[in-house]
Amino acid sequence: MSTPAPLIEMRGISKSFGAVVANEAVDLSVAQGEILGLLGENGAGKTTLMNVLFGAYAPDAGEILVQGRPVTINNSADALAAGIGMVHQHFHLAPRLSVLENLLIGIPGKSGRIDRAGGLARLAEIGRQHGLMLDPGLPVSALSIGEQQRLEIVKALFRGARLLILDEPTAVLAPTEVDGLFSALRSMAAQGLGIIFISHKLNEVRALTHRCVVLRHGRVTGRVDAPASTTSSEMARLMCGHEIVPPAKGPSSPGAAVLTLDAISTSRHSGMALADVSLFVRAGEILGIAGVSGNGQRALAEVISGVLAPDAGRMTIAGKAVSRFSPREVQALGLGRIPEDRMTTGLVTNLPLADSMVLPRIGTAAFSRNGLLRPDSIRAFAEAQIKAYDIRCPGPMTRAGALSGGNLQKALLARELAFDPKVLIVSQPTRGLDIGAARFIHEKFLDMRARGCGIVVIGEDLEELLMLCDRIAVMYEGRIVGTLDSADATIARLGLMMTGVEGHS
Amino acid sequence: MIVVLEQIFQVGFLAAIIRIATPLAFATLGEMFSERAGVLNLGIEGIMLLSAMTGFTATSLSGSLWLGVLAAVLTGALMGAVHALFTVALGLSQHVCGIGVTLFSSGLAYFLYRLIFGQQSVPPSIKSFETLPIPVLSDIPVLGPAVFNQFSLVYMAMAAVPLAAFVLYRTPWGLSVRMVGENPRAADSAGVGVIATRFQAVILGGALMGLAGAFLSMVQFNAFTFGLVSGRGWVAIALVVFGRWDPWRSAGAALLFAFVDALQLRMQASGLGHIPYEAFLMLPFIFTIVAMAVMSRNAVAPSALLKPFRREER
Ligand SMILES: Nc1ncnc2c1ncn2[C@@H]1O[C@H](COP(=O)(O)OP(=O)(O)OP(=O)(O)O)[C@@H](O)[C@H]1O
Ligand SMILES: [Mg+2]
Repeated sequence: MSTPAPLIEMRGISKSFGAVVANEAVDLSVAQGEILGLLGENGAGKTTLMNVLFGAYAPDAGEILVQGRPVTINNSADALAAGIGMVHQHFHLAPRLSVLENLLIGIPGKSGRIDRAGGLARLAEIGRQHGLMLDPGLPVSALSIGEQQRLEIVKALFRGARLLILDEPTAVLAPTEVDGLFSALRSMAAQGLGIIFISHKLNEVRALTHRCVVLRHGRVTGRVDAPASTTSSEMARLMCGHEIVPPAKGPSSPGAAVLTLDAISTSRHSGMALADVSLFVRAGEILGIAGVSGNGQRALAEVISGVLAPDAGRMTIAGKAVSRFSPREVQALGLGRIPEDRMTTGLVTNLPLADSMVLPRIGTAAFSRNGLLRPDSIRAFAEAQIKAYDIRCPGPMTRAGALSGGNLQKALLARELAFDPKVLIVSQPTRGLDIGAARFIHEKFLDMRARGCGIVVIGEDLEELLMLCDRIAVMYEGRIVGTLDSADATIARLGLMMTGVEGHS
Repeated sequence: MIVVLEQIFQVGFLAAIIRIATPLAFATLGEMFSERAGVLNLGIEGIMLLSAMTGFTATSLSGSLWLGVLAAVLTGALMGAVHALFTVALGLSQHVCGIGVTLFSSGLAYFLYRLIFGQQSVPPSIKSFETLPIPVLSDIPVLGPAVFNQFSLVYMAMAAVPLAAFVLYRTPWGLSVRMVGENPRAADSAGVGVIATRFQAVILGGALMGLAGAFLSMVQFNAFTFGLVSGRGWVAIALVVFGRWDPWRSAGAALLFAFVDALQLRMQASGLGHIPYEAFLMLPFIFTIVAMAVMSRNAVAPSALLKPFRREER
C-alpha cells in the first residue's frame, strides 16, 4: 500500500553563506491540508530554508519534489509556477503602488493591458472565501501592518499557491489580529492548502499546527507529531537543547522616582499624539506600557528618549528636569533606550557592528579624543560586549545588517547596559526573538531592576508584561487610561482597558 | 513688453516652442523610463551626442533620413545596454557609470566624426526632413500651422507621451518597471525578472535619447557640431524631477522649458539690445533651477532609484 506523495518534499537541503552553514541536509515535507510548524532558535536557518524553497536562494545540495515529482526552482517565478507562495518576515510590497497593482505585479495582462477587472473579481472572491477583505484602490502605505500581511497572503493565493509559507506572521500582529489570521489559515487548510508556519510563540504553534519540525544550527533536531498535546517546555527543550525555566522575579523594593512625566502633551506627530500623560518610574521597578500599537506608544518613547519635544508638560530624569529634549541631554542624565525598530532607528545596518554599538556615545572620551575616533577602543568595547552577551557573529567588524534578529537585540541591549543607565526605555523588547533569547533579555531586565534601574517596557504581549512588570499602565488614544499593580492585573482586565475603559488598582 | 506678448501668439513662436520641446520630450521620457526602473542614467548627454552623430552620418552616407533615425535609435539603445550592463548586471555606481558613458560617448562621437568627415572648411550638412502638414488640422488658424505643420519626428514625440503613459500605467510590463523601481525584492518574489526588466527599461530609455539626438542633428541643425547637445541632456534629468517621474507631467515640463527658451530667443532678437545676450541665455536655466527648487520639495523619487539589486543579500 502506498501513501499519496506529499504536496511538497525537501530532501537533503544544504545552504551556506561563506563560512556560515545555514542549512545542512534538511528533510521536510508537507501534505495537503496540513499546517506544519517550523521551529528553531534565532539563526537556526528557518528563513534560509524557506527562501530556498521559494527560489530566492540557490541550495548548495538537495532536491525539491512537488507531489512526488522533482522540480528545479531557480527563482520565485519557478516557485510560483510550482504552486509555492511565501509571506516574508519583511513584506515584499511597494508602498506607493495600490493594493491592486501590488496584487497584479508579474501577472500577464489581457490583450496587452493590465487585467484590472479580472484582478478585482479574484480579489473579491478570495476575500469572501477566507475572510481576507481589502480595498483595492488604496495605496499600500495606507494599510495597517495586518492588512499588508493580508495582501501578501492574497497575493500568494491569487497566483494559485497550493503551499503557503508564512515567516513569523504573528510577530507584527496585535493579539486581536492573530485570531483573524488563524481562522483564515484554518479555512485555507480545510480546502487542501499546505501551510508552513514559522513562529517563536509556542502557544500559537500548539494552537494552530498539525505537526512540527525543529531546526537547530541548520539541522533537523526534532519532530513533534502532536503539537496540541505537547507542552511548551518540551518544545523549548527541542529547540534550545536544554530546559528553559522562567526567570525568578524577586520582590520589588522601589526607591525614589527616576523618571517622571507630568502632564505631557504633544502635537504634530506622525502617529497618535500624547494628551496629558503623567507617569513615574521608581528605581528598581519595571513599569509596563500596554496597549494596541498606534495608541501613542511611539510618541511616548520618543519624548522619553529626547527625540520629540512635547508642547506642554514637564519631564525629569533622576530628579533633574529635562529642558531641551535632545537625545544627548537625556542620555547624559542617565537614560538608555532600545528603540522599537532595530533595523532603522536602532543601528546602521551597512556599518560594522562595532560602530553601531558605540554610536550613541561616539563623542565621549571613551571612544574619541581630540575630535578623532579611537578605533582600537571602539573595537575592544565591541569585542568585550560580544563576548559578555554571547552575540553570535563573525566579529565586531561584521556588517550589522547580517546579524539575526536575536543577536541584534542583544547587541543593542549590551550597548545600553554597558553604561549603567538609571532609566531604561525599551519597546517590544523580544519581538521576533526565540524563547531562549527572550529569556536572556528578561533576565537582564530583572538584573537591572535588582540593581536599582528603573525600566519602562512598551509592549503588546500581555503575558510578557505580566511576567516582567511591577506595574502596568494602559494607553488608549494618546492617554493613559489607568495603571494597575501586576498583582491586580489580569489579561482580561488589561484587554478591557486597552479598548479605552478606565481602571485603577 | 507689449511687443513680447504679441510675439507669443505668433505662428513662428509657437512652432519654435514645439521644436525646442521635441528633443527635450524624447530625452525626458527616456530618462523617466530608466529612473522609473531604478536606474539613473547620467549617460544621457553623451548618448544624445553620439546618436546625433551616428544618425547624421548614416543619412549623409546613405541619403536616407529614416535610416539615419534608425541608426540613432540603435545607438541610443546600445549605449543604454552598456549603462545597464555596468549598473544593473554588475551593480556598479550609477553616478560613476553614467558620467563614464557620457565621457566615452562624447569622445567617441568626436573621434568617429573626424575619422569619417575629416577637417573640412565648410561642415557637411544633410537635406533635412520636410514638414508634413496634417490635412484639416493644419488649417486651424495660428495653432494649425504651428503645431500640425511639423516634421514627422515632432508628431512622433507628440504620440510618444500618451504612449509612454499607457505603457507605464496600463501594461503589465509598465507595472513591472514601476515595481522594480519601488521595491525590486517585491518584484522578484512575484516572479518578475528584476535584472531583465531594468535592462529593458534602460535600453528603451536609451532609444528615446537616441531619437532626441536624431532630432537635433537631422531636423533642428541639419549638421553635426560638437556643441550640438549643449546641456539638453542635463536639463532632461532636471525635467524628470520637475515632472515627478510621470510622462504627462514630464512632457509638460519640457514644454514649459521650451517656452522659456523660445521666449529668451525672441528677447535676444527684439530690441532689448543693451542687455548682453548671455543674460537671456541664462533664463531657461534659472527657470529650471527655480522650478526644481519649488517642485522637488514634494516630489518623491522611485524608492529604489540608485540601488542595485542583488538577490542573496539582506
Ligand atoms: N543573506 C545572508 N547572507 C549571509 N548570511 C546569512 C544570510 N541569510 C542568513 N544568513 C545566516 O544564516 C543563518 C540562518 O539565518 P536565518 O535567517 O535563516 O535564521 P532564522 O532561523 O530565520 O532566524 P530568526 O528566527 O532570527 O528569523 C544565520 O547565521 C544568518 O546570519
Ligand atoms: Mg527568520
